[in-house]
Amino acid sequence: MTVAPATVPRFARGMRLREDAARNRWVVVGPERLFVPDEIALEILRLIDGARSVDAIVDDLAARYDAPREAIAADVLALLSDLHGKGVVTP
Amino acid sequence: MTAPPPPLGLLAELTHRCPLRCPYCSNPVELSRASAELDAETWGRVFREAAALGVLQLHLSGGEPAARRDLPEIVAHAARAGLYSNLITSGVLLDAGKLQALADAGLDHVQLSVQDAEEASADRIGGLRGGHARKLTFAEAVHAAGLPLTLNAVVHRQNLDRLPALIDLALSLGAGRLEVAHVQYYGWALRNRDALLPSRAQLDAATRTVTEARARLQGRLVIDYVVPDYHAHRPKACMGGWGRSFIAVSPAGRALPCHAAESLPGFDFPSVRDHSLADIWAHSEAFNRFRGTGWMPAPCQGCEHRERDWGGCRCQAFALTGEAAATDPACALSPHHHLLDLAVQEAAVAEGDFTYREMARATVPG
Repeated sequence: MTVAPATVPRFARGMRLREDAARNRWVVVGPERLFVPDEIALEILRLIDGARSVDAIVDDLAARYDAPREAIAADVLALLSDLHGKGVVTP
Repeated sequence: MTAPPPPLGLLAELTHRCPLRCPYCSNPVELSRASAELDAETWGRVFREAAALGVLQLHLSGGEPAARRDLPEIVAHAARAGLYSNLITSGVLLDAGKLQALADAGLDHVQLSVQDAEEASADRIGGLRGGHARKLTFAEAVHAAGLPLTLNAVVHRQNLDRLPALIDLALSLGAGRLEVAHVQYYGWALRNRDALLPSRAQLDAATRTVTEARARLQGRLVIDYVVPDYHAHRPKACMGGWGRSFIAVSPAGRALPCHAAESLPGFDFPSVRDHSLADIWAHSEAFNRFRGTGWMPAPCQGCEHRERDWGGCRCQAFALTGEAAATDPACALSPHHHLLDLAVQEAAVAEGDFTYREMARATVPG
């Protein structure tokens, strides 16, 4: 299974995006795991709601940021594929 | 000294009671009685203090945490404190109904231990007849409850050859993650070292198995695997470094930089009954003693790896050299490194009988 434009990504079971107030950042926590997304990754992760597809996430970001849609799409697919391999998101 | 960065993880050892008797148990050789255990209210306060301090992840462990009837109340305290809760369990005391109560209380994740993939061997290692079958039933209940599952397999000479079957077991039980944990040799495991240490050939085969399985199962099963100290050249950053990211609290309420630290002599570990976690973390002598690099002996002092491995494991250093402040002998630069090779050679010709974990006799029953 791979991440494609039509994929609707979800957080894998046990993975939660939450605020880490003591360190003034957001993190994804899971069993024995902690991912600290950078600013761009956090924008993408915040749009994962189990309803939006990858395409819809890219549309949302393209409307808000001044960057070519293809470049955003490539970033989003690369990030989600990486996080899928790490067991953080599932297609 | 500047204030240490806040801890990320809290290990709550709720009890030392356990129906299993694994010969490599990480509990201290001196086990606590039920009458000495912290009550659920106190755990709730400790969880709130931990969350305020910056802890994100809570591991509810033991012994067997489900030996406590108030476990759902304890889980609810964790959820209210906003901690990510992981139940580390043998699975043999929990049925579907009790598990559902924990899920309803807000439990986030279950980590189930197995002793082997083969039933007769698993029951012999765990010292509980029928234990393995109960674990498999429990894993089905975890799946049915919709909770994420990690399978934890402690590996050693007597089960390492069945690692491929353990990986298959993790898949068939629907686990998202498999932790292949080599035995750490202090406490009970040190007593059983001759029966447990794997050979180099076994270890190499296991490492190949993991490498192959990781590639084949990417996106389906995450496999955590660390090469054991006795065949390593560099020590592990035990607990990510003493007092750097982790607090353990014993059943009786002692705060420890590592769950095995009570095996070290000359410490007065502070109690959460008397002090706040924030105070313990920042100011206690116990948490500051091996913090940072100032305490380090040669060859750690001046070594380029000193802020990566933090000198390795204090408990292992003490167990093997008699000095808690020595460089971990797992390091090839340690003057005691040869002790590890020696132990591997001795184990290769030793029998496989166990000294099982048990409470000391002749005291008042808990």
